[in-house]
Formats: sequence, structure tokens, C-alpha cells
Amino acid sequence: MEILEIFLTASFWTAAIRIASPLILATMGELICERAGVLNLGIEGIMVAGAFVGWFGAYIGMGLWGGVLLACFVGMLLGLLHASMTVSLGLSQHVVGLGITLLATSLTYYAYRVALPEVTSPPKIEAFQPISIAILAYIPILGPALAEQTPLTYLAISTVLITSFVLYRTPLGLALRAVGENPFSVAAQGLSVLGLRVGAVVVGSGLMALGGAFLTLSAFDSFFFGMVNGRGWVCIALVVFGAWKPHKAFLGAILFAAFDAFQIRLQQSSIGAEIPYQIFLMMPYFLSITALVVISRKAEVPAALMAPFYKGER
Amino acid sequence: MGEVVLRLEGITKNFGALKANENVSLNLAKGEVIALLGENGAGKTTLMNILFGQYTADSGRVEVFGKTLQPGMPRAALDAGVGMVHQHFTLAHNLSVIENVILGTGSLWSWKLRNKQARQQLLELANRYHLKINPDAKVSTLSVGERQRVEIIKALFRQAKILILDEPTAVLTPQETEALFKTLKEATEQGLSVIFISHKLREVMIIAQKVAILRHGKIVATKETKETSANELAALMVGNPTSPPAVVKRKSGPVVMEFLNVSTETQHHSKGLKNVSMRLCSGEIVGLAGVSGNGQTSIANLFAGLITPSEGELYLDGKPIERWSPRQSVLRGIARIPEDRHHAGTVADFSLTENSIIERYRDQPFAHHGWVNWQAAASFTKELIKQYDVRCPGPNTRIRLLSGGNMQKLILGRVLQNNPRVILAHQPSRGLDIGAVHYVHKQLLEARQKGAAIILISEDLDEILQLSDIIYVSSEGRLSPAFQRGKVTPSQLGGWMSGASFAEQETMHAS
Amino acid sequence: MRLEAIPHPSLSRRFLPPILALASTVFIASLLAMVAGGNPFAVLGLIIKGAVGSKFALLETLNRATPLIFTGLSVAVAFRAKLWNIGAEAQLYSGAVVAVIMGTGALAWSPSVLIPAMIICSMSAGALLLLIPTLLKTRLGVDEVVTTLLLNFIFLLLVSLLLEGPLKDPMGMGWPKSARLIAEARLPRIVDGLRLHWGFGIALIAAVIIWIVNTKTTFGYAMRAVGFNAEAARYAGMPINLIMMQTALLSGGLAALAGFSEVAGLKGTLTLDLSPGFGYSGIIVAMLALLHPLGVVGAALFVAGIFVGADSMSRAAGVPTYLADIMLATALLLMVVAVLLTKFRFKRE
Repeated sequence: MEILEIFLTASFWTAAIRIASPLILATMGELICERAGVLNLGIEGIMVAGAFVGWFGAYIGMGLWGGVLLACFVGMLLGLLHASMTVSLGLSQHVVGLGITLLATSLTYYAYRVALPEVTSPPKIEAFQPISIAILAYIPILGPALAEQTPLTYLAISTVLITSFVLYRTPLGLALRAVGENPFSVAAQGLSVLGLRVGAVVVGSGLMALGGAFLTLSAFDSFFFGMVNGRGWVCIALVVFGAWKPHKAFLGAILFAAFDAFQIRLQQSSIGAEIPYQIFLMMPYFLSITALVVISRKAEVPAALMAPFYKGER
Repeated sequence: MGEVVLRLEGITKNFGALKANENVSLNLAKGEVIALLGENGAGKTTLMNILFGQYTADSGRVEVFGKTLQPGMPRAALDAGVGMVHQHFTLAHNLSVIENVILGTGSLWSWKLRNKQARQQLLELANRYHLKINPDAKVSTLSVGERQRVEIIKALFRQAKILILDEPTAVLTPQETEALFKTLKEATEQGLSVIFISHKLREVMIIAQKVAILRHGKIVATKETKETSANELAALMVGNPTSPPAVVKRKSGPVVMEFLNVSTETQHHSKGLKNVSMRLCSGEIVGLAGVSGNGQTSIANLFAGLITPSEGELYLDGKPIERWSPRQSVLRGIARIPEDRHHAGTVADFSLTENSIIERYRDQPFAHHGWVNWQAAASFTKELIKQYDVRCPGPNTRIRLLSGGNMQKLILGRVLQNNPRVILAHQPSRGLDIGAVHYVHKQLLEARQKGAAIILISEDLDEILQLSDIIYVSSEGRLSPAFQRGKVTPSQLGGWMSGASFAEQETMHAS
Repeated sequence: MRLEAIPHPSLSRRFLPPILALASTVFIASLLAMVAGGNPFAVLGLIIKGAVGSKFALLETLNRATPLIFTGLSVAVAFRAKLWNIGAEAQLYSGAVVAVIMGTGALAWSPSVLIPAMIICSMSAGALLLLIPTLLKTRLGVDEVVTTLLLNFIFLLLVSLLLEGPLKDPMGMGWPKSARLIAEARLPRIVDGLRLHWGFGIALIAAVIIWIVNTKTTFGYAMRAVGFNAEAARYAGMPINLIMMQTALLSGGLAALAGFSEVAGLKGTLTLDLSPGFGYSGIIVAMLALLHPLGVVGAALFVAGIFVGADSMSRAAGVPTYLADIMLATALLLMVVAVLLTKFRFKRE
């Protein structure tokens, strides 16, 4: 009974949506990259960089939105680095992606230490506060939980709508879907494969950085090492889970977050006290692997994912 | 003839020491069909890549409707009204026909897909040129012929005044080819100009008014089709021709391999088989004709051991085969020449030596208790290089540096060296120049002479007709009756290729 | 611009780009050191001095290189067969856990029996750990990059759980830490009085063995064939799933040896900070070595030198030690570009 009650409280769903927000942003970012044919394993590092840069922007007085923009910009720069190596030069997406993650992470930690040499406990900022949008409360089930979120969560949800709209309703989205399926179809129509893919990776990486920034600007109010903690890898699993479709990936993120919120509450319950806390912390990762196992047999992978394109060669 | 719509002037393009195009000039008039004839590697593809801005020429220029195209700009040719149907279609399979057609036709930065008016336009075009197509079908569900129609519509939708077709008939049945020619005829009457790239002389003589022959990157002659013959064109195309090997009559021996009522599952790239029976006799070449994607890959995969029948039996020497895998296929003495020599046949980053032992790397004499005997491998490879005339710097060269012909020679040598009993030759001459094609044919005929049972799968009907003792046609995973050499005409085969004759057969059975 | 393969690269073509990549890495590191207020020449000097400047420094570098050789070999073996094992970190800990279970007194065997047994069992643990994602890949088509990555997080939590439960040191005063290994379970020093244990020797032997396996055996041949072109390997009749699994067993086992050697050779106990990311650094080592097993030794020494040097530089110059990680990530990225440039050149099209 105790367990069932957890699902019925509004605060549970409020927490779930909050936990889902950074995942949604970064998952959309990865989805855009992969739809264009590029696997971006830089995601984890880009999220770390975004988390720090966003927080740092706010910390030095650029304001919260200044931090958001700065994070997005840095993410896009890292995306540009990724794309120029994997798309323009056709280098291994695995190796470059991991390299970017290592580089972004170490640069971030270095910058943190250089910028704040003296601190022992991470300094805090005034993070985004929930704004209440009363009208949303009328939406059934999730309504009350949606109505009390921070602006970045609303941004995350609009990202899903925008990604979905662009992909399926605009010429640009059509070109993106085509370039991930068969780059020659795009090249033969006089469009630039390079341009589309580089663009997708840059924009996608910007979104990943926003996902990271959510952690420091909205979920917490400071930056600490290891705070991204594998969320990037979870997002890659979510893209597969969502079968490369924005709305399904969104649902995946919500489900995942609901599970995460649930295990946090379960830990605090009388049943949970008996079980070592590590088991609970493992759950999200287990869940991701399970999702991959269940889904990956059926999913329609973009046919040209991870296949570099060289002009004139076939 | 009318005004000149396309003018290529003095196009030269070098890749290192290779002269891909040398001072190529060509004029195309309104409503005219020019055939561009040449062997593989003669420079046809390079020329088209220059026209379409994928490459920049070292010198020379391209003029469309009197305006010089900016070099290196893929859009320039498209915007000037030149459309191209590539040999390998450039369609995104997960998109619908209409999505493929409108892709890149308007600004990328618009908020709306112009779906509705595009559909109207598409249907009008389809009507005008008798190109039947469902605009909402996913490309992955279309047949090869339908896909080609989509490609043509794509070009016409962009208001192409000049259409370039690269080996358009390679994948079509004779009947589909006829329909394509009819469409082209109607279109040229309405003012379209066509460059028809091919190496099939018969077709060139039918469709084109003028033929430009490309050899080693140079235009060696331009002829009016009225004033030339297929023989003259052949001589011009090849230069100093090697003659095709003669087919010696031979009595066939006992049945070596047999399929009995075999069915297989359809997999993503290969059409499944439906209740197929066929037999291969010693000293006999069995040709399998058909439009690609009609079950030939499944037959080839069965021989190669990549798939097993879901129903029915395979027999070797009259005994049913129980365990079947690529390894078993090798061990049972089946020589396998794969369709795709770059991906299935060789490992590009391996040396010739490493590639020549790939099927037998754990057998004597190349392996001993888990250790590779590189000495034995090297001497085997040297022997192959010598005996099969593989032109290469040496056995340690990485195979990616070899030409397609030399790569194929190594594969031939690798599998023919131990006198195989069954030979699977899947598109063995595709993409090779005529000299290499004749070499491959000669080797197959010699193996036939030695008593091998050979299955030759090819989309080139001429090749099938020339070499085969027995001919089957596959369509939709079914197999036609066996035809003896000389007892069947190309158009009869065409009926089976298109599936029409299967339907007739069924109604006959039914009545 | 397009890339064009160079059929016969000249000597300068083959060596200049990698040298330039390393030089650029040093240059970028110098700039970053300046940002942190350090004198670039002094910082670089301190790194070199800290890595090889004294007998102590040199031994420290060799010790640090030991686990990196193991993880580097693990990654090199796996990547060669295009098995993207990013889970060397977890496999390392699995080896360490087994070393602790067997070596803390439960087995009263002599060292000549106990240590080989520990080696075999550690390797088996790592091998099994990588077998799971490999089976998911070959049977169900699940991408192993994500699964091996996620398993790292899971396994570290498992280690934490074990260190707070069954493996907890009763004398540890609440600190999550295992009991110490008994003397019989410790790897001896190579030379008396020098702080360098036999783990380093085993690592060198492992590198030579892997090199021999790669070049001389049918298994090595098959592994490379599957990595370069799985389709051709399958067509030729190689049992590619079996080869993948064998590769996984070897790769996982090698990574586990890193954990074994750290516990049995260096630390004598297992804590949650046993590995400062040796599993991930192994990727850098393997890539810098171009996946060549003997190159892994050199690359591991280089990477270890940077880490050790940066530690001591950081204490002296106040520049954060993360400079080492930046240098290595930069070297990795520049090196993949450099390798491309040794084989291809840019050509106007």
C-alpha cells in the first residue's frame, strides 16, 4: 500500500518531471545528432561542461539566462569540434566522442580549479525558482505536476515539440532525416551533407550542454565534480529506447525519471531501509540496459548512423 | 537539330598520374539523345561528377543553355536544369516517394513542406510521361523499376531539361527497358535532351541518335547511330579487343548439387525463396537470370552457407546436407565468388597474403596447432599472383590498392586453386573492364571443362546467354523452368523476369 | 577539399604528423598553464622532472604505468576486433575484488600456488564481466558502448556495497576499505629495496604474449579479420560470434589483471579510489599506441609519466593536476587526426 501511495502524490510527479528535464534536453540533442547519422559520445563531457559553464555564468553575474546562453554556446563549440573531426574528416565516431568527453570533463575540472582555487565547499548561486502556470494544472494526470516547474523544464518540454515539428513538418527536418538514412540522396539533390551533419551535431551538442546546465541552474544551485554521473550515457540509451522518435524518447525520459523518483522515495520508506542504498543507485543504470535489450531488436536505426560520407565516392 | 543545350569544352581531370578525363568535349542539342559509351574506368563517372560539381576539373568548362556553370557547386547543374539518374539510386528508403521528390527543392528554412501542391505536380508529371507511382509509398517497399521511376520523376520535378541516365537498364527486365525507352522517346519529343551512359551496344543503337565513345579518359570518336554498327562501336570502345572465350560443347556429368523444394525466409536485403528446385551437374554452367532483388541473393547465400532452408532439402552428391554454414560450404569444396568483392570477398586492410588464406586459415598447410604458417601462406600467394596474373607490387601489398579486376583475379585464384566441385559465381564480372571480363569467363569455362558444376548468377542477360548450358530465371523468389542453351529467346526470358510468365503458368495449371 | 589515399607514404609523411600532434599538445598545455598563472617552461620542466627526474620519480612512473599497460592492452585487443569495450574500469575492479576475496587469508596456500590461482580467477572475473555485454551485442544487437559504460557505474556501486558489507575491514574504523592481503598473496618486488613490484613484469610479459597472439596465431588473424571487415570474415566461414566472445574474454581478463596487480602488488588493500580512471585512460593508451601491443607499453609509460609528473608539478607550481588529463585527451584527439594524415592528404577536388 505504502508503495502504491507514492505514485498518487502530486509531489512525486513534480519530482519526476524535474528529474526528467535534463535528460529530455540532452536526449533531444543526441537524437538530433543520430538522426543526421552521427553518434555523439561526447554527450557526457558536454553535459559536464554545460553544468559548469552555466553555473559559472550565473556566479560571475551574467544572470541565470546569461548562464544558460553561455552553456549552450560552449556546448555548440564542443559540438563543432566533434563534427569537424567526425563529419569533415570522417574519423571514428567512437574514438572522437570519447575523446571529447575526456577533454571536456578535464577542461571543466581544470577551469573550476583555476577559477576557484581557494574554495573548499562549492559556492552557491540563486537558482531558477518554479513559476506556476495555473492553466497547466487543468491537464489531466500530469497537469498539477507540470504547473509547478522552473522555466528550464518548460524549455525542455518545448524542445521536444520543436524537434518533433522541425523533423516531421519542415524541409530542414526532411533533409535531416534523409541525411541520416542515405547521405547520397541529399547530395544528389544539391544539398550539403557536411553542412547538415555539422549543423545537427552543433545544435544537438548545444542542447546537451543545456541539459548539463539544468543540473546547476535549476535542480541544484552549485557545481560539484561527478555531478553528471553517467546521465549522458543514459540519454544515449533513451534515444534507442525512443526508437529515434522525439515523442517516444520524451516518454522514455519521463518513465525513467519516474522510476528514479520512485526509488528515492522507496529508499526512505520502511521497506527501503532494509536494502543497501547502492542497490537503489544501481537501478537507473540497470533500467537503461534493460530498455536497450528490450527495444533494440525492433528499432529502426537510421541506416547511415556512424557511416562517414565522402563526396563522389560510393 | 535544335539549339545546343549542354556544351562540355576541353574537360581535363587528373588524379595523380591517372588521366581520368583528357580534353573531353561534347555538345548536346535540344531533344537529342546522346549515348556516352565506354568501359568501366573509361572516365564516364568522373565526367558526370565534374558536370555535377562533385569534382572540379583541372581545365575546361561546362556550359548549360549558354551559361557557364560555376565549377565545384553541386547545385549549379541542378538549378540550370540538368537532372541525373544515378546507377545506384540516391533515395532515402525510410522516406516516402513524395518526400524523396521534394527533398531539397525549396528553401531549407521554410516553415512548411510544400506537400500538397507538390503532390499535384508529381501526379501530373507521372501522367504525362506514363510513370505510374504512388506518391505516399515508402521507398523501401518499391521494386527496382519503380525506384528508377521515382528517380526520373525527381529530375523532371526539378524541371530538368537535360536528363542524364547512368546505366539505367542494368537493373531492368527487357520489358521494363522497353517501357523506359518509350518514356524517353516521348520526353525527347517534348524537348527533353538525354545523355545515356551505357556499355550495352544494342541499346545504344536503339535509343541514341549520336554516340560518343570514351576510352582511357578521351573521346575517341563521335558517331551518328545511323552511320555506324554495333561491331564498329565495340572496336572503338575497347581499342585492341580481346575476343570472348569460345564455349566448347561438352556432355554434362552426374548431378553434384541439388535443391529440392527449398524455401527461405526473406531477410532485409534478400528476397526469400518459394519452393525452389534446381540441379547442378558436373561440367555444366547453370545461369540464373533475373532482376536484382528477386531471390538471387538468397540462392547465392544458400550456396555460400550464409542461410539455411526453412523448408526443403539441399543435396550434395545425392546425400542430404544436414549441417550447413559458410565454413561447411568451404569444407565441402564449394568455390565461392561473392557478388561484392570489396565487402564480402576481401578485407581491404589485409595484404594479398592474408586475403588469400581467409577461407582456409585454420587448415593445413596454413595452420598448425593454432599457429599460422606465414611461409606457406606467402608461397601460396606468390603462386596465385603468377598463375592468375594478378598485377600488384607484391604479396604484402594491402589489397585495397588493387584494381577491381586484379582483386577478382586473386579471389578466383583463391577458390579455383584446389579444383572445386561446385562454383558459385555471383555477378563475377560486374564492374570489370572487358579484358578482365573475358578472363573471368575463360576461367569459368576452364573449370567447367575440368568437370566443375557452376552456378552463374548475373543481371547481365548477355553474359548468361553466352555462358550457360542451362538457364533459370528467378522472380519474386520463384524459379522458372530450366531452359537449355539456345532454346530460349531474350524476350521469353524477359517474360519470366517480369513475373508475367509465372502468372500465365499458374492460370494454365488452374484451368 | 577531399582526402586522397597515399599509396607509398614517405618517411616524413609517416612521422611528422604524430610528432606535430605531440608538439601541439605540449603547446596547448603551456597556454593552459599560463592561464592558471604558471610559467609554461617551468610547468613543463616540473612535469618532466616529476616523471623521470629522480629514481623515486621513475619508479613511481613505472608503478603507475603497470595498470595502464593492462588496461591499454585490454582496450587494444577489443578495439582491434571492433568490440568497443569501454568497461575496462569495471573489469579492473572485478579483478581487484577477486584478489581481495582470495588473498585476505581465506586460502592458506603457498605463494607459488596462491598467486597463479589469483591471477586466473581475477582474469576469469573480468572476462565474465565483459562477456555479458558481448553476448547482448552478438545475440540481441545491443550496442556494447553504452552497456559497458553503464556497467562501470553499476560495478563501482557493487564494490561500494561490498566494502561496506562482506568485504569490510573489521579494523577499518568505518572507512570503506577491505582487509589487507596476507603476505603470501602479495606480488614480490622485482629487485629488493626498489619499490617496483612484479605486476610490472607481468604487464611486459602480457604485452609480448598479445603481440605474438596477434601476429602469429590463427586466433589473432581471425580477430583482426573480424575487426577490419566482419562481413568478409563471416563469408569466409569464420565463427565471428565465437571470435567476438573469445576477444571479450581476453580483453576483460587483461583489464582485470590491472586490478589484481594494483591490489596484490601496490596497495595491498581495496578501496573505492583504487583506480583514478585507469580503465578510461587505457583507451588513450591504446589509441596512442595505434592498438599495437608493444606500442601499448611505450604509450602507458608516456601517459603514466604525464600523470605522475603533473601530480608533482601541481604541488610545486599550484597549477591544477587536471592539466594532465587535458594533455592526454588533447593528445588522443590530435593523434587520430595525425594518423589520418600519415595515410591521406588533402586534395583540391
